[in-house]
Amino acid sequence: MSMVIEREAAAVTKVVLELEVANHAGVMSHICGLFARRAFNVEGILCMPLPDATRSRIWLLVFEDERLEQMIKQVEKLEDVISVVRHGAEHAVFERLETFFR
Amino acid sequence: MMQMTGAELILRLLERQGIETVCGIPGGAILPFYDALGQCDTIHHVLARHEQGGGFMAQGMARVSGKPEVCLASSGPGATNLVTAIADAKLDSIPMVAITGQVPLGMIGTDAFQEVDTYGMTIPLTKHNFLVRDANDLLQVIPEAFRIAMSGRPGPVLIDVPKDVQCQMVSFEDYPPVAVPDALPALDLAAIEKAAEMINAAERPVLYLGGGVIHSGASHLAVTLAEQGGLPTTMTLMALGTMPIDHPLSIGMLGMHGARYTNYVLEEADLLICVGARFDDRAIGKAAEFCPRAKIIHVDIDPAELHKIKTAHIGITGDVTQVVEALLPLVQVKLREPWLAQVADLKERFPLAKPNIDNPRSHYGLVQAVADALDDEAVIATDVGQHQMWVAQAYPFRRPRQWLTSGGLGTMGFGLPTAIGAALAAPERTVVCFTGDGSLKMNIQEMATLAEEELNVKIVLMNNNSLGLVYQQQNMFYGQRPVASKYKRAVNFLKIAEGFGLDAVDLDTAEDPAATLAEALQRPGPCLIHCSIDREEFVYPMVPPGAANTEMIG
Repeated sequence: MSMVIEREAAAVTKVVLELEVANHAGVMSHICGLFARRAFNVEGILCMPLPDATRSRIWLLVFEDERLEQMIKQVEKLEDVISVVRHGAEHAVFERLETFFR
Repeated sequence: MMQMTGAELILRLLERQGIETVCGIPGGAILPFYDALGQCDTIHHVLARHEQGGGFMAQGMARVSGKPEVCLASSGPGATNLVTAIADAKLDSIPMVAITGQVPLGMIGTDAFQEVDTYGMTIPLTKHNFLVRDANDLLQVIPEAFRIAMSGRPGPVLIDVPKDVQCQMVSFEDYPPVAVPDALPALDLAAIEKAAEMINAAERPVLYLGGGVIHSGASHLAVTLAEQGGLPTTMTLMALGTMPIDHPLSIGMLGMHGARYTNYVLEEADLLICVGARFDDRAIGKAAEFCPRAKIIHVDIDPAELHKIKTAHIGITGDVTQVVEALLPLVQVKLREPWLAQVADLKERFPLAKPNIDNPRSHYGLVQAVADALDDEAVIATDVGQHQMWVAQAYPFRRPRQWLTSGGLGTMGFGLPTAIGAALAAPERTVVCFTGDGSLKMNIQEMATLAEEELNVKIVLMNNNSLGLVYQQQNMFYGQRPVASKYKRAVNFLKIAEGFGLDAVDLDTAEDPAATLAEALQRPGPCLIHCSIDREEFVYPMVPPGAANTEMIG
């Protein structure tokens, strides 16, 4: 299993991950640290508390590669992660934001 | 209504969790807790000489008892010193709860004296961690920490508690329930049926046991499975003892320093039944060339281990005990005479060579002489290096939790404090710590703790005055250019032991080394047993790092 995937060589299919997590300081560190130390690039990240404030939703934009299934399993193992849902790149959440990044 | 400080609340919750011994070192930010501990007569505190030592003592207790055990450190350097023992527990899935003091809440983030971001620093090393911002939260956090440490795949959990949170008064009605492990994953009966069919249909199956079998308490079930299915059985470094080494179906340890025949048997296998193991590179060598002819059944309680290194034909997420219990009625009784004859033939042609086994002043001979002087009730801990591999290869392990070694992280300095922890958890047993001169020096200060606690720990020192495994690799793979692996001066370990107040014997000068060794092992209390080992003795066979397991040298 190659540890570094060349962007050009890999299929650049985008995937959007929707995480529901416990809302407390440190959760973002747990999520971002997990991706970073497994050398899995996160292209985009969004996080806001949900209306009841005990939970937050995190949106992650990542590239599909052969390690993605393993990454999702590792995310699911985190104690503060309640659920992980996988969406296709067509999901609107990052597309609508694009106007803010021009 | 109960009222107490956060420190006292932690203590009461530890008591309720059944904690009897904690190991650590006090310091400014954890003094409120130590003050409460001083007034508590149910929990025995063992004063380590370095926080890493305290961490490994907790590990030693946990590796023997199978339950989460507790270590303590103050903020800043106390916490950074503890980090290696936590990382070690993570890689070997050892249940542990580390409690660290932190600077007061209002001073967090100000670069205060002895402040480090313990929470941030331990995220990648722990199964989970907490920074407690309100003493009321301790009512949830402490039981949660124990629940997480012992549920599913065990692991270390850290709780960082600011000093003022330890002093904060808490009022509450009732204690929270004592933490118990989570319910086990539901059994995938369809997958288990398919796995049984594959085992029944296989011609040349091999059972591959890992440390998860020990964590699950499933050693006897694994042996029954092997006997019923006629399955030759290999064990990882972590699993030694699950099947007695002299069991007719045991083919010993696989991997980098496994016997030639073991790795050859795996090469021939048409089915690999991996139970509670994780296809570590030291065990399987080059992953693409491991068990090239075999289909794979993989059982693990951690779903993320399935298909991580090798894609399994059947992956079963589950507790080993439950899965093997469900498999047993479905697995046909098989004698597998042709396959077992082939295994026996490979074993006869490519056995593990143990030169000089009769000489207690040689590496294998010393391991054998220790085994000859003890029974299976003894606990055998090691440090990391050549001595560790010689013991793994040659010691006759016959029961789970007999063998304590740093597998995943490979931490030199692990042995002595872990042996102390083992003796704290099982004071009735003799605990042997095989070590090397390089490793022993990495936590040698714990000799003081050992002398103070007067525990029945025997340090068997294989002294070649070098970092032997580094020296070996430089000789084998770096053009025979040893760099920084030979010590220029020798240390007098006998005087050091004496200085710490330990009994010491020297096999180098003993007239009858086997008798001197046996006497020292049988005499109650701590002792250093010193023996010089030839630096030119290497661990064989050896698979070069990155090579396939069949490419063994020696």
